[in-house]
Amino acid sequence: MGDVLIKISEVAKSYHRGAMDIPVLEDLNLSIDKGDFLAFMGPSGSGKTTLLNLIGGLDSPTVGSISIAGKQIHQLSQGQLAVWRSRNVGFVFQFYNLLPILTAQKNVELPLLLTHMSSSERKQRALTALQVVGLEDRANHRPRELSGGQEQRVAIARAIVSDPELLVCDEPTGDLDRTTADEILELLQLLNREYGKTVLMVTHDPKAADHANHTLYLDKGRLTGQQES
Amino acid sequence: MKYFSLIRAALFRKPISSILTLATLFIAFLLFGMLNSVSMAFSQGIDFSGIDRLIVAPRYSIIDDIPLNYQNRIQEVPGVELVAHRSWFGGTYQDNRQFFSRWPVPPAAFLDVYPEYKLPPDQVEAFINTRTGAIIGREVADRHDLEVGDRIPIIPNIWLNKDNGPWEFDLVGIFDSDDDTVDTNQMFINFEFFDEYRQFGQGGVGTFIVRISEPSRTAEIAKEIDAIFANSNDETKTTTEKAYNQMFANQLGDIGFIMTSILSAVFFTILLLTGNTMAQAIRERIPEFAILKTIGFSNMHILWIVLSESVLMILLGCIPGLLTAQLLIPLFMGVIPFFDSVEMTPLVYIQGVVLALLLGIVVGLPPALRAMRLNIVNAMGEHAV
Repeated sequence: MGDVLIKISEVAKSYHRGAMDIPVLEDLNLSIDKGDFLAFMGPSGSGKTTLLNLIGGLDSPTVGSISIAGKQIHQLSQGQLAVWRSRNVGFVFQFYNLLPILTAQKNVELPLLLTHMSSSERKQRALTALQVVGLEDRANHRPRELSGGQEQRVAIARAIVSDPELLVCDEPTGDLDRTTADEILELLQLLNREYGKTVLMVTHDPKAADHANHTLYLDKGRLTGQQES
Repeated sequence: MKYFSLIRAALFRKPISSILTLATLFIAFLLFGMLNSVSMAFSQGIDFSGIDRLIVAPRYSIIDDIPLNYQNRIQEVPGVELVAHRSWFGGTYQDNRQFFSRWPVPPAAFLDVYPEYKLPPDQVEAFINTRTGAIIGREVADRHDLEVGDRIPIIPNIWLNKDNGPWEFDLVGIFDSDDDTVDTNQMFINFEFFDEYRQFGQGGVGTFIVRISEPSRTAEIAKEIDAIFANSNDETKTTTEKAYNQMFANQLGDIGFIMTSILSAVFFTILLLTGNTMAQAIRERIPEFAILKTIGFSNMHILWIVLSESVLMILLGCIPGLLTAQLLIPLFMGVIPFFDSVEMTPLVYIQGVVLALLLGIVVGLPPALRAMRLNIVNAMGEHAV
């Protein structure tokens, strides 16, 4: 058993829709080790993305606590969470979410704008990140000039450019064909194994989940099982 | 500055829309620069008029005359120090594009009342002693390359002379002023020659200019002067020079009101147009702001980025608009009367830039607040980039 990076205790999350409370996660307890590669699977509406949002600091639990690297992130204000996210979490989404007006390099540089790095340092770091994902020759291309797989690689470069400990990936291969999806998953594996990143991935695809070390299953907001790859 | 590339890229994400908006802003600030300069040129002449001078004008219309013999009776009013007069000459020099105002005046008295017109003593003497003499301001001399000794022909349009031909004056002096606000785009003619040689109207003048020794008694002295001529055929209305200039400007139309009305209409339209463009642009970019917030941009970052976009867009229209106004104003000089004293002062630039900043904030604030307040999870759930 390694060092625990993420500890989730008694977490519940519900949303208000008019007068109704809709529970999404209930009574969730979970520990995730540093350097793990974990996949979350389950039917639509099971709470996978909500759990990922809570761990990534995009949302706060209704009750319970979330500790990441010793930081009680459920106690942080919106402003503090923004700073914490910028330093500790890289995000990868199904639809890449690159800014279409910026080149690949400028997209990758975005998180570094929040640091005190000089322009040349930012550029250098962005090019290094693009090199890690194999796209250094596409630095000056805009997203519309790239394929889906390339766009996702740029998104991954953006996620790792500030060297966060945690990568949060929501259906990172959901919009890609099998071959491209496998390339992206291998890249995530590389980041996990070679660069020590802790990777959390939500997916509907069992083949994608096979690339993770473990798969956790959720249903109706509760953990229902675990499987080793 | 590190966000500049992000702001610049966002500003031109839809080039045609951005260029059209910029063109609108450019024209608006071009108009602002020109109209505000005109407005300021009028108010400047008014603001800097002498406070120890009264103008005695015809009571009912500025185109009427007042008898010259009123001068002695005005001179006798206690508190009156000196009396001069001037009349509108009109006429054309070369062509209508070469406009400068021309006034028959009594040389000695006039230059005493207006010490701000500076010219060498020998030229003052020449003006007093030369029947056909005239003096011109430095601006007229420079523009038309005129020198003392030249003859200046003026084609009459009001005051025909007894020969039914052009008037000819001998240029005997060129006046300057230490004060930038004094108008040197004028010509003064010896009244005696004018009065003798005109076909009609002898013994009449346009206005009297009265220098008073006690500015604190202005209202009292004015009332006394008007009382002397009450119930005569030529009643007078005496006011301060400043008030008279204001009235004169108002007879041409309330310049300030007209300018303000035009500019208000222009900027209200811009407010709606640019506000709508900005709101639309921000609506389309909600997912982009969501991703920026996801990777750690704070609410204040988002607010400042959107406000900066808005302010930058308006400044990009404002500055070229103002610069172009400065280039265009000289082209109107000589074509439109009174445009000769119009110039783009630093104050017009400052007002333009301040207006641009305010417009940028007013237009940018609502979409900026919307972008700032958006909930990441909802925005990411509803939109995909």
